[in-house]
Formats: sequence, C-alpha cells, structure tokens
Amino acid sequence: MSRITIDPMTRLEGHGKIEIFLDDDGNVVNSYLQVPELRGFERFCVGRPVEEMPVLTNRICGVCPEAHHMAAAKAADAVYGVEPPPAGRKLRELLYSAFYFADHTTHFYILGGPDFIMGPDAPVAERNILGVIHKVGLEIGSKVIQARHYGHTTVEMIGGRKVHPCTAVPGGMTKSLSETERAEIERMGRWAVEFAQFSLKLFGDAVLGNPEYRDLILGDAYSHRTYYMGLVDAQNRVNFYDGRVSVVSPDGERVGTYAPHEYTDWISERVEPWSYLKFPYLKKVGWKGFVDGKDSGIYMATPLSRLNAADGMATPLAQAEYERFYATLGGKPVHQRLAIHWARLVELLYAAERWVELATDPEITSPDVRVVPTKTPTEGVGIVEAPRGTLTHHYRTDERGLLTMVNLVVGTTNNNAAMSLSINKAARAFIKAGTVVKEGLLNRVEMAYRAYDPCLGCATHSLPGRIPLQVSIRDAQGNPIRVLRSEDA
Amino acid sequence: MANDFEPVIIGFTCNWCSYRAADVAGTTRLKYAPNVRLIRLMCSGRIDPTFVLKALADGADGVLITGCHPGDCHYLEQNYKAMRRHRLLQRTLAQLGIEPERVHLTWASAAEGAMLAQTIDRFVEQVRGLGPLRWPARPRPAAPAAGHAEAAEAAQVEEAAS
Amino acid sequence: MKPKFAMYWAASCGGCEIAVLNIDAKVLDLDANFDVAFWPAAMDVKYKDVEVMADDSILVTLFNGGIRTAENEHMAKLLRRKSKILVAFGSCANEGCIPGLANLSSRKVIFDTAYAGPSTENPGGIRPLTVAAVAEGELRLPAFEPVLRTLDQVVEVDYHMPGCPPESHQIAAVVDLLVQVVQGKAELPPKGTVIGAGQSTVCDECPRQRDVKRISRIRRIQEMPPLDPAVCLLEQGLMCNGPATRSGCNARCPQAGAPCIGCYGAAPEALDQGARMMTAIASVIEGKDAEAIDEVLDGIPDPAGMFYRFSLAHSLLRASRSAHRETEQA
Repeated sequence: MSRITIDPMTRLEGHGKIEIFLDDDGNVVNSYLQVPELRGFERFCVGRPVEEMPVLTNRICGVCPEAHHMAAAKAADAVYGVEPPPAGRKLRELLYSAFYFADHTTHFYILGGPDFIMGPDAPVAERNILGVIHKVGLEIGSKVIQARHYGHTTVEMIGGRKVHPCTAVPGGMTKSLSETERAEIERMGRWAVEFAQFSLKLFGDAVLGNPEYRDLILGDAYSHRTYYMGLVDAQNRVNFYDGRVSVVSPDGERVGTYAPHEYTDWISERVEPWSYLKFPYLKKVGWKGFVDGKDSGIYMATPLSRLNAADGMATPLAQAEYERFYATLGGKPVHQRLAIHWARLVELLYAAERWVELATDPEITSPDVRVVPTKTPTEGVGIVEAPRGTLTHHYRTDERGLLTMVNLVVGTTNNNAAMSLSINKAARAFIKAGTVVKEGLLNRVEMAYRAYDPCLGCATHSLPGRIPLQVSIRDAQGNPIRVLRSEDA
Repeated sequence: MANDFEPVIIGFTCNWCSYRAADVAGTTRLKYAPNVRLIRLMCSGRIDPTFVLKALADGADGVLITGCHPGDCHYLEQNYKAMRRHRLLQRTLAQLGIEPERVHLTWASAAEGAMLAQTIDRFVEQVRGLGPLRWPARPRPAAPAAGHAEAAEAAQVEEAAS
Repeated sequence: MKPKFAMYWAASCGGCEIAVLNIDAKVLDLDANFDVAFWPAAMDVKYKDVEVMADDSILVTLFNGGIRTAENEHMAKLLRRKSKILVAFGSCANEGCIPGLANLSSRKVIFDTAYAGPSTENPGGIRPLTVAAVAEGELRLPAFEPVLRTLDQVVEVDYHMPGCPPESHQIAAVVDLLVQVVQGKAELPPKGTVIGAGQSTVCDECPRQRDVKRISRIRRIQEMPPLDPAVCLLEQGLMCNGPATRSGCNARCPQAGAPCIGCYGAAPEALDQGARMMTAIASVIEGKDAEAIDEVLDGIPDPAGMFYRFSLAHSLLRASRSAHRETEQA
C-alpha cells in the first residue's frame, strides 16, 4: 500500500490534510480527511460571562465571525429569556445580510473561483486571486474589491469593526443607526444587487458556458445523495438569521423542521481517532458508516443544502434565479457538489436584496435597539445559518450568567462526513492504476472539498488534551468492541 | 514529619510605617523568620500587581505587602488603593490556581515592630504549609546567534544533547 | 526577481488573512512588489514546497496564530529558517489571544469535557490520537501541547504587529513601508519594534469625555440602561480594557457603544496586561474597607477572563497551575 498526502488543504479557512491510500496497482483504496487543529472554545468559555460570548466566539473564525456573533447573541437572548426590540433584531439581520454578501464574494472569487476562472490545471502561481485579477483585468478585479469593501464597511457601520464585530449583546445592540449611515448602507446595498447579478452572469458564461466545467459540475464524480439541512422562515423560504431548521431526504421529502432547543433530538456527533473534528449525523436515521443514500444519517449543510431544504427564496430576483437553477439542473434536490458554487451565487443575490429591504425598513433607524433582561439567566440555544452551514450555540449558565456549559455544532462540522465522501469519490474518479498523478489532478480532488467553502477553524471545537496511546478493536460496522488505553495499563 | 521546605518570600514594605516597624524589630533584636526579602517602596500604593506576579513567576512562594494603617497613609489615601489592588489580585490568582493566601496584606505602624515580627513568622508558617509554588520558567527560543542558520544549528545541537 | 512574501496561520481563526484582504486595492501594491511564495488561505503552495526553499529566501513572513500543536511549532521553526524577516502578526502570535484562555484549564479537564457534550455520542470513549491505526495503515495527528505559547516563546521574532485582527488601515501603512523598503526608499525600524500600532493606550484615541473617576458600582452591559454615547464607559460603571491596551485601532469598539476588550495587547512598556488592568481599575473604584471593596469587585465576576482575555499566554504567569503541571508531566 502506498499513499499520497495533500498537506495542507489550501484556499479554505483552517487546517486540514488528505491522505489517499493506493493499492499496489495504483488504484485508490480509501481516502481520509484529517483535521489536525483544535483550540478548545467549548472548554475555555466555561466560567466566562455569557454577554462576552458574541466577542469570544467571534474568534472561532475570522472569516465568519458575524455568524458566531449572531448565534451567540441569540443564545444569550434565550439564556435571559428576552427578545431584542424589532429594530435591534432588524439591525442584526442587516449586518448579517451584508456579511453574507462579502463572505460569498470572497469565496467565489478568492477561494473556490480560481479553479474555474484559471482552470483546475493552471500553474499554482496563477491559480489564485492575484492570477484571477491579472486574467480578468482590473475593471472586474476592482469590482470584486469594491464588493468586499461595501460588505465589510456595512458590517463596520453596524457592528463596530470589519472583522470581529462587537455590538450584539443579550437583549439587542449597543448602538442604533443614524439616517446618514442608513442612506450610505442603502446605496451600497443597491450596488451589491447589481454585482450579484453580474456574478451570476459571469458564472453562466465562464463556468456553465464552458463544456469541460459543465461536465464536471453535472457529472457523477462530485455527486452524493445525502440529506440536506437549512434554516427556513415561516413560509419555508431560505433565511440566514432566524427560523426553524428544515431537514429533507435525498429524495427531496421534508423529514421535519426543528426549533433551536430541539437540536439534540436531531443531531448526534461521532468521534474518530484520526481527526480532531467530530462527525455529526442525523439521529433519526443513524450512523451507517461513510456511505450516502437514504439509509445513512450523513447530511450536508451549505448553500446548496439550504436551497434544497427550502421551498424558495424570500426576495424576487433570487427566487427567479432559484427557479432557473433547478430548471437547469433537473429539479430538486440537486446532489452535485460543484453546484454549490452556483447556489452560493443565488444566495449572494438574496443577501444583497435582503440588505436593501432591511436598509429601507422604516424601523431601521429607531433608537430602540436593546432591552434590559429581567429574568434570571439559565439556558438557551441560538441557531443561525453560517455561510457554510447551520450553526448552533447552546449555553447553560449559573444564576449570575457565568457559563457552566457550552456546546457548539458549527457550520462546517455538519459537513465533515459529506466532505469525506466527496474527497474519497473524487480521488477514486481521478486517480486510477496507470494515472500519472500530476498536481492538477490532486487539485481536482481538492475541488471536492472547496465547493463546501470549509471553515475548519470553526469546525474544530473539541478541546486540547493529552493524546494517550489507544488501541481500538472494531467490528465490521466500525463499532468499537474493545478499547485499550495506555493510561489504563 | 518536619516540613523542611524554606519558603522564599518577597516583602514589599512602605517607607513610612512598615519599613520603620521592620527597622524597630531589627534594632530591638527581635528574632523573626529570615525568609522574607524586603523591598522598600515609598508607599504601599506604589505596589503594582506586576511586582507581585513577577515575584511569584520568578521563584517566590509568597508575597507580603505591608503598609500604614488605613487613615495613616503618608500620602493620605494610597493604602486604600493597595487594599483594592490586593483584593482584586487575590481573586485573579485564585482563578489561576494559586492560593490567595500566598499574597498577604498587613498594616503596621512604625511602633509595631513586635507585631510585625509575629505577622512575618505566622505568614512564613502559613506558606510553609501551602508548600512550594515552583512556577515554571518562561520558555525562550534558542539563543539568537549572528544569523538564523546558526541559531537553528544551535537549537539542533541542544536537542541532540538533551 | 521580486522578493518573496509569505503569510501563514498557526492556531488561528483566519481573521488576520481577511484583514489583509481588507486593505482592498492596496493588495495590488503587494502583488506588484513581491512574489507571494506561501499563503495557504489564498494559494496552493504546500508544506513540502516550503521545506525545499532555501534558508532566508523569503524576505518577509507574516506569521499569525498561536503555537498550540507540534505542527504549529514545526511551522514556526521552519518559517523562521526560511525567512529573513519574521513578523508576529496579530494577537494570537503576539500574546496568545482568546485561545490562550485554554491555558486556564489542564488538558485532562479539557479532555474530559470535550467528548461528553449534549450532542456527542461516544459510548466507546474514543479520543483522537497522534497515531491511529486504520485498515489501510497509520494516520497521524500533531501532538497537542498542554500550554499554548506565543511565537516569541518558540522562535526569535523580528517585529510585532498587534491587533485582533490588526486594523486594515494599519496593515495598509505597513504594506506601504515594506514597499518603500523594497524600493530602497526607506529603512525598517530597529528589530523588536512594535509596528502598525500606537505608542499609547486606547483611552488616548477614544473620543468619549473623561472626567474624574469614582466608580462605586460596576455593572454588566446587559444590566445597563441606555448608555451615554459621549461619556467614558468606565465612568458609567461598565468595565473597559482601554487603560491597559495599546492604541492603534482608533477605539472603534467604544465608539460603537461596546467596551474595549483589549485586543491590541498590553499597553507600551506594560509587562503584563492583566496586572495593568488590575492596577488601573483599583485606582478608580471606591471602597475603604474590605466589605465595601468586595461589593464593587463583585461587579467583575470573572477577573482572570476579563483582564487576560487576549494576553494570558504572554502574561507573567502564562497559564494556570494545573495547566503548567501537565507540562511538567509531559
């Protein structure tokens, strides 16, 4: 048996490596996605005051701190049994919509996009944002820079800073919006809608319009039939900030929806000894190993999952794109992972439209953005959709509001098993006996995870610990029969 | 079984009352435990928690802070600041797993030499009972040489030798 | 041949990378004057490619993230060898940042908590291993160190750039300086300098009005009635780390109605950011006896977390006793 190691995974957030095992003929026997990082938020947040969680958990991820900021604020609201005033809630969602716009732009143009704009086999030195700007020219390059600038500036105006916002607290926000700020945010939002439409057109021309890429997207190498998950509003339309979590089967049937406090009825997390990242799966279906299909509890979060799990988009232009998406790809649900890139752009448009909707809401400049809680703090769960997937923050506190328990199920964590499947399938599809394994080929294997827009710093919230030597004897289904540990000797 | 651990204690004393009390103890040849190394400051209000933390980090097992009685501070109110800093420091040390009793604040007027000697003896015994602190030394990278390559080589030689 | 530039993340969050991208069009100046040799966030150069680079062949590396695992330590030493100039970039590399709070707990306690959450199903008590046997062979994970360290506790650091993350206007200024240096128009400051930051505290940059402080009650932000946007937050009884934190950020958080949480690290010449906070707060609260003082201090239920939020790993004590004990046993 020989092996190929891809280390580190690149053009994503966080640390990961891929090990591909080959038999003596050169066929892929198995592949493993290992996440070698941990920092321990669930442990070291215990003992901290709950109102700090929006700024503490920001540091789980600097690419999506806004997601943690909002999930933490919502969980803290729930701990105190309060709801922010309408203007406070809308400000949070406005910040969140602008953030989504910036983040999805970053992923498409900087992280995942270069594989399509430069090509999967382009030289490493060119297959990145700088190569993209040289190729598409400064006019388009400047648009991308402006898109990120507008998104992050809006976040800063509401959240205090561009990275790691500070204004969401239990009960609402620490500042309201002035009319000058609102007008500027509206102006930027309208530009953002146009940019999103431009991006969808670019995708249509440069990606779908290229037969090689079209085949990659529609083909089987990157396709898996799994369950899908995403937040939906009361009309079952995609919502990033609030709602119930909808779960649909590989056939597209809705299995059910759940409220934040019910998440433990739906999700369990497994541990493997070769990764610090746990593997969530649907409890009702059960863990059947690294396989897809209706009988396997493996599910996916991601923009594609949100579109699959919802009945539509809540804004008109995005809804039209949603319909065109499914019409082109042959109906719901769509299983091809590379289509996540397209679904992400449909969400880009929704984020921009929602940005304008909220910026023009009559209540958005109200000074009434925070309430003072009166109840004794106890326990609460807050759920938002991070760009990579459903993000759950669950807290328990003492009567002073100091944390006694923190449990997080994070966006990319949801996708750990699904990404493992995707990497393994792509490896088998591209690496076979007799193949000369060039760098571009390995990049095609990496494209299998890049579509998920992984945020592995987010995903790893297990805790640092001594690693004893452990021998685990398992049955054919992978269930441990006996575990021997060095510290037990 | 006798506890033969000899605590190392740093004593920060204020110039006006408590240093003079220590002086009185000395000139009247009162015996008291030799474990306290005295450092004189102009006022207990000069004590920055940094001094206490540095003492503990650099090998002290305990820290004694002495100042004038409340109301008698030579600079009027600064010993109240010492009290507040001390109490805040104790709360923080407890969270770091260091017994708050290792940092003791006491008042002594210039005339109270005997009382101060007793306080010192009691404190030394208390710290003896708590045991040595033995805070680990700060990690430092390999000693910088003229160039990075040399530094790396030095580190490798060190590793091989250990 | 353009000089080489690298940016690497150890135990980090990616925020420093985003902050660099947020210099917007100035990233093109970086591109015009440097070859980006290694930047896992943005390009596909792998570890094996770095291992074969010549020593000192990278002119400047921005290293963010703390040293948490053996892999982080290896990369710190590797990039030190390959780089002429190594910058500790961002709070994690400089003082450990928020992940440094893990140093309050021993690994065992952390470990025992990790695999027993409300949503974790682990009846076999499985733990991640440095060497795991799978059907096809062995899989390895980097060892977890009991105490998180900062970059300068592991390798020699040439410059320090604080912030969580460093604010983009500061990054832009540093990029300008680097470009000038490369073009022979400017010199770098002396080694060891803190760059891209101010020489005072956040209070100096904060526009809120400051008067005499006599704080008789400290409350938490959710307990506060609407705060006066023009008056110092500390004076209104809200804890704020401004007095102990280095300037350079334009005091954005206090301007947004939120307290400074200390992300730019210790104020200049402060050996220990937490101690500096303790002394600052003690100087301005009321109370002349133990009971009165304790009543005020009860408004700070988590002093270690509050004062050492970003800087525990670089403080004088660095970690809790139980965390250090595990290092000794390792």
